[in-house]
Amino acid sequence: MPFTVYKGEVAIMLEFLQQLVNGLSLGAIYALIALGYTMVYGIIMLINFAHGDIMMVGAFVGFYSITLLGTNIVMAMIFAMIACAVLGVLIEKIAYRPLRKSTRIAALITAIGMSLFLEYMTIFLIGPQQKVFPHSAFPHKEYDLMGLLITNKDIFIIISAVVLMLILQYIIKMTKTGKAMRAVSVDREAAVLMGISVDKTISITFAIGSALAAAAGVMVGVYYNTINPLMGIIPGLKAFVAAVLGGIGIIPGAMVGGFVMGILETFVSGYGSSLYRDAVAFGVLVLILLIKPTGLFGKDTGEKV
Amino acid sequence: MRKGVLRRLSVFVLMVFVLGIVVGCGGGDQKTGDGDKINVGLNVELSGGVASYGTNCRDGAMLAIEEINAAGGVLGKQLNPIVRDCKSLADEAMSVSAALVDEGIVAQIGPLTSSNVQGSTPVLMDNGIPLIAPAATAPNVTVDEKTGETLKYIFRVCFIDPFQGTLMAEFAADNLGAKTAAIYKDASTDYGKGLAEYFKKTFEAKGGTIVAEEGFVKDDRDFKAALTRIRSKNPDFIYVPGYYQEVAPLIKQARELGITAPMGGGDGWDSPDMVSVATAPNLNNTYFTNHYSSQDTDPKIVAFVEAYKAKYNKEPDAFAALGYDAVQLLVQAIKDANSTDPVKIAEALANIKDFEGITGKMTIDEQHNPVKAGVIIEFKDGKQVMNTRIQP
Repeated sequence: MPFTVYKGEVAIMLEFLQQLVNGLSLGAIYALIALGYTMVYGIIMLINFAHGDIMMVGAFVGFYSITLLGTNIVMAMIFAMIACAVLGVLIEKIAYRPLRKSTRIAALITAIGMSLFLEYMTIFLIGPQQKVFPHSAFPHKEYDLMGLLITNKDIFIIISAVVLMLILQYIIKMTKTGKAMRAVSVDREAAVLMGISVDKTISITFAIGSALAAAAGVMVGVYYNTINPLMGIIPGLKAFVAAVLGGIGIIPGAMVGGFVMGILETFVSGYGSSLYRDAVAFGVLVLILLIKPTGLFGKDTGEKV
Repeated sequence: MRKGVLRRLSVFVLMVFVLGIVVGCGGGDQKTGDGDKINVGLNVELSGGVASYGTNCRDGAMLAIEEINAAGGVLGKQLNPIVRDCKSLADEAMSVSAALVDEGIVAQIGPLTSSNVQGSTPVLMDNGIPLIAPAATAPNVTVDEKTGETLKYIFRVCFIDPFQGTLMAEFAADNLGAKTAAIYKDASTDYGKGLAEYFKKTFEAKGGTIVAEEGFVKDDRDFKAALTRIRSKNPDFIYVPGYYQEVAPLIKQARELGITAPMGGGDGWDSPDMVSVATAPNLNNTYFTNHYSSQDTDPKIVAFVEAYKAKYNKEPDAFAALGYDAVQLLVQAIKDANSTDPVKIAEALANIKDFEGITGKMTIDEQHNPVKAGVIIEFKDGKQVMNTRIQP
């Protein structure tokens, strides 16, 4: 594919912008996954380690709705979001709710168990091989903006991530459900006294968080073409770092954290060395925990969802 | 007190056991001649994880043995194959070797994977019987890792992994005319690192320049950042030694970023997933090295492919060809030594020069690795097509 080639300073500027586009796409995926981590933590103080695997399940639901049902990409994403919302609610009901009164470490270990269960159940059901996301579901197009190469996938991912985040903000700030979620995260007992159904609110939180992860899963399928049962582990960990970076439990923090992580990784690969990328990503986690454990947006008190 | 007795008893039992093994190994009386027959052991994987490697290798080896016997055998004697299954397990490979030694073999062919060969190695080293590995490509198979010394009785007919880097560098520089190259390697495996190292050495020796060196790790899915950087260097050729799981999406992303330069890699690219993930148009102008191609038009290879197809009704893969060559190499060594004494055969194997095999002309170097040809396979509209044969 020929594209406009520039020399000198223009070329340096263009490369910078190209890396920024790469970083934004990656960051959008991290941000969507990080949102689920942060929402669940905000409301029941649990790091849901199965979250990355819910993303994987979403990718597979999207894959099968395209290959078996022949749906288009948007419908596949909606199916995946619905399926994972149900899955998230079920996981909370079966695995986490019985442990809500027990120690936090017990719930954390259950989450790790749930993560392994999802991974190996998928391997058991459909095998460990990678599956190729159908190319026909999203024909590749690219746009040459004066030397800057943008693909329709980049646009699709960034736009759908932003739209989903706006919907999320609307739900949390403007609706009764959102108000309930905020109330439960601030003080669960007081919320009960105000007539809020805590169980229902927690279920909704899991549903929304898991649906966002499912959307991210379908995006990964579209963007990287292959999906496999263990694909959720690394993005899950990176998104967890993103959530901590932004301040775990704080929704705008997860969005910013996700984008920062994506851009940071891209720039480390692009301008430093591709071999230091993961070291930098996890180094950020160590630094944040040492310097500002509450994250970029963290405050000692304040609203958390 | 009871515990102490038990412990002493178990130490005693263990000692008897160890003694038994040592005596059993040392006492392998070498009735190699066995009248007018030469016993050749085939210790191959016929079941387990890599059963297809062993089965095809056995078929190739048996074809060679049949042809040789039909032509009158070696030194007037017929070859007598003794085929045993090592079940794709290193410890099973070891006990199979011990059994074969007892049966009086002059040499062992197989197993196929590097780890199974290493399982079998101690038995053959202790008994002074040569082992010819058809397809073990790990560099340390023929060398003692601690002392760096070549293992006297261990040989192979395949090239070692890193050698593929040398082949691809020659191809890039001589056939594609590349002056500059970028390397984007799988930095999480010895395979990727080894190929990259040898590519760089050879390419620079040919006067080329490496303009970028990047790395990825297993399970990576996003390569765009490093690829964008490589794009800005505008290399004539991009070398991507790695396995298809990462390489296929990498190539796709490279083409989507507008990188049109030819790309190359090693036999880790050899998978149907390459086409389904990267898509056929993106794979055009990409090449990888392999041991052999059944599409080769060399008359020797055509004859082999036809004979093999006639006998087994299937296409011979690289393992079949390497199994065939292992037997032929052994026969050459027996002729050179003019003896069926295993020690003399090993000495002859170490001195093999310009042996003409199906997988290329080979000369055994001082580390018992063959210096030999490899083939370059090209992806053309989603099909693997043999491009050329490189003789270093």
